[in-house]
Amino acid sequence: MKVLWDMFLTFARIGGLTFGGGYAMLPMLQREVVEKHHWATEEELADYYAIGQCTPGVIAVNTATFIGYRQAGIMGGIFATLGVVFPSLVIITVIAAFLTNFADLEVIQYAFEGIRVCVCVLIFNAVQKLWKKSVIDRPTTAIFLLVFLVSAGLAVGQSFYPELFSVSPIVYVVIAGTAGVVLHGGKGKKGAEK
Amino acid sequence: MIWIRLFYEFFKAGLFAIGGGLATLPFLQEISQATGWFTQQDLMDLIAISESTPGPIGVNAATYAGYHACGVFGGVTSTLGLVAPSVIVILLVSKVLDRFKESSLVQHIFYGLRPASTGLIAAAGFSVVLATLLHVTELPVNPAGAFNWFGIVLAAALYWAIKKWNKHPVIYIAASAVIGIGAGYLHILG
Repeated sequence: MKVLWDMFLTFARIGGLTFGGGYAMLPMLQREVVEKHHWATEEELADYYAIGQCTPGVIAVNTATFIGYRQAGIMGGIFATLGVVFPSLVIITVIAAFLTNFADLEVIQYAFEGIRVCVCVLIFNAVQKLWKKSVIDRPTTAIFLLVFLVSAGLAVGQSFYPELFSVSPIVYVVIAGTAGVVLHGGKGKKGAEK
Repeated sequence: MIWIRLFYEFFKAGLFAIGGGLATLPFLQEISQATGWFTQQDLMDLIAISESTPGPIGVNAATYAGYHACGVFGGVTSTLGLVAPSVIVILLVSKVLDRFKESSLVQHIFYGLRPASTGLIAAAGFSVVLATLLHVTELPVNPAGAFNWFGIVLAAALYWAIKKWNKHPVIYIAASAVIGIGAGYLHILG
């Protein structure tokens, strides 16, 4: 029971302190899940994000379910998910009921001028940590660069030409998974023979 | 009956929106048009509020829309509807992965997936950085007003502070909010 409660509280903290959606949750997850509780490694976090992006639903919820399940089975997955959505439920309900003009308040807008900058830096720092664990040799560097350049290029292009096509994350994930098998498959077998 | 309908509509959004929170928005638009539970204006408010409150954007949006449809319990129902498909699918995927964890094929797949996942996150971060630290909305770029100097200086300071102290991220977020408010009232935002 204690582990479920711990799971709920930790993910409630993560959900309640993340500003800016799924990607912005990465620094919080690294801090709470990897460094503090050791419920997952950096590598596993990268795996969960990859799967979370090509399965349905909110990435934060997908990641919470994964980590919760790994630690404490199906109930763990459910408690982690309830934890990650709980602060949103409370905060948004209060805002919807009493503070419809919340986002227009001057003080909130100023605060977010600062918070948005901070989220950028936190994501940059989080990506650096993930990079160290996932980009480990030439093939992985090539995969990283290809995905980053195409995906960032298309996103920047779209802000100038909204009609430009976009590529679903599923496409990158399928291609990268296949590339992993092709580029790494031979090596793995040799490693196993040793 | 409206509870079942509410759960069902958001369950659909959760099941078919692939790629994170913002992918749920087109589905919410559809729900708004089909049911009239909330208006397009509510949706615009919802985006602004979701982005300026903590938590996953898709969950914030579902709670807000559900609340407008039928009160506090509506918000809870729509949120549970939205996350239910995620939980089911991820539990299934986890079970399958557990069985094949040791398989070298799965390990090779993840060898390729990890850098791609990092690349996707880096690209999303890059877009956020461009939108936050630069004011570039059209071509050709006007270099005079293109930089958010307040943001660039704050970002450099924050990066230095994170590398030096490595505290919990929320400390830097709270400090940035205070700095943003101070800068706003001193009229040095840019």
